[in-house]
Amino acid sequence: MGVGGDAPGFFTSRLSDGIAWARKWSLFPYPFVTACCGMEYMSVSAAHYDLDRFGAAWPRFSPRQADMLLVVGTISQKMAPVLRRVYDQMCEPKWVVAFGVCTCTGGFYDNYATVQGIDRIIPVDLYIPGCPPRPETVLDALMKLQAKIQKQRHPLIGAVRNAGASAS
Amino acid sequence: MTDATGENPLIGRLREQFGDAIVETHAFRGDLTVVVVPERYHDAARFLRDDPECSFDFLADLTAVDRLKLKQKPRFEVVVHFYSREKNTRIRLKTRPNSDAEPSVQSLTDLYPAANWPEREVFDMFGIRFAGHPNLKRILMYEEFSGHPLRKDYPVNKRQPLIEERPVPDDRLGMTF
Ligand code: SF4
Repeated sequence: MGVGGDAPGFFTSRLSDGIAWARKWSLFPYPFVTACCGMEYMSVSAAHYDLDRFGAAWPRFSPRQADMLLVVGTISQKMAPVLRRVYDQMCEPKWVVAFGVCTCTGGFYDNYATVQGIDRIIPVDLYIPGCPPRPETVLDALMKLQAKIQKQRHPLIGAVRNAGASAS
Repeated sequence: MTDATGENPLIGRLREQFGDAIVETHAFRGDLTVVVVPERYHDAARFLRDDPECSFDFLADLTAVDRLKLKQKPRFEVVVHFYSREKNTRIRLKTRPNSDAEPSVQSLTDLYPAANWPEREVFDMFGIRFAGHPNLKRILMYEEFSGHPLRKDYPVNKRQPLIEERPVPDDRLGMTF
């Protein structure tokens, strides 16, 4: 029954599930809002769509207190290193959501100023398409992220890993 | 507003002063345009500012046009918009740098400090150099950027390198923009 080992026993996997359950219902988002998608983000987090139902309503404006990086809006080449720094400043465990087509692929800004997808800079857990995505899409994405978190392994020591991912 | 010859008096005055150096003029309902040869561009701007009939004391905008796809020679055109606060009139001064490969015109920063950043932007976007500019470097793009993105032959989906984070210039710390 190795704690944090690759073949968890009954106790550690129960513990991991419990931690996952706690984590997926208390996601503290860091909204990295740069462009028009921000309006939609405001709409999702306001009372009508109410992100709080998923425990993800309390934006932390310090990356050190956040565990979900919501990248909302166009990322320009000059903004890219700042986004990278914000990601690096976040403590593990952390998840990244690319909100809107600009962050997924650069969208229609196929030009000299825009980063063609934030996955050129940081790893992304979830892509939300749409320009901007409808609030329902965002809620759906949040539920998918929760499902993903539940499936991941949450050892007491060490980084969060994808369940079933090859042990490397 | 025209004089006896049907020409706008302001343009007439410029023509009197600069003669053959004026390449082209255009006037339509108080919307005046004067194209001068690059050699007299700085003089024309000085005249527009200092002449009491003109007194264009405000440089409203400075930009450029790449006329590559218009198949016109010379390729680049620098466009300056002036405004006279005293007379409430506007004029557009244009000049076409002679060289297409290394376009360059005289900087207006000594006449109008407001020309400083627009000239840097034109340099950044079009690669037109301004002789006598105190700090001619890129203003919007970063140093690693290669090419000038608003040139018509810049490939629209060309990729540029990702860059490092660098300190934000702060004039309180003695850094220049
Ligand atoms: S995806 Fe559309 S709405 Fe969102 S930031 Fe880009 S352009 Fe704006």
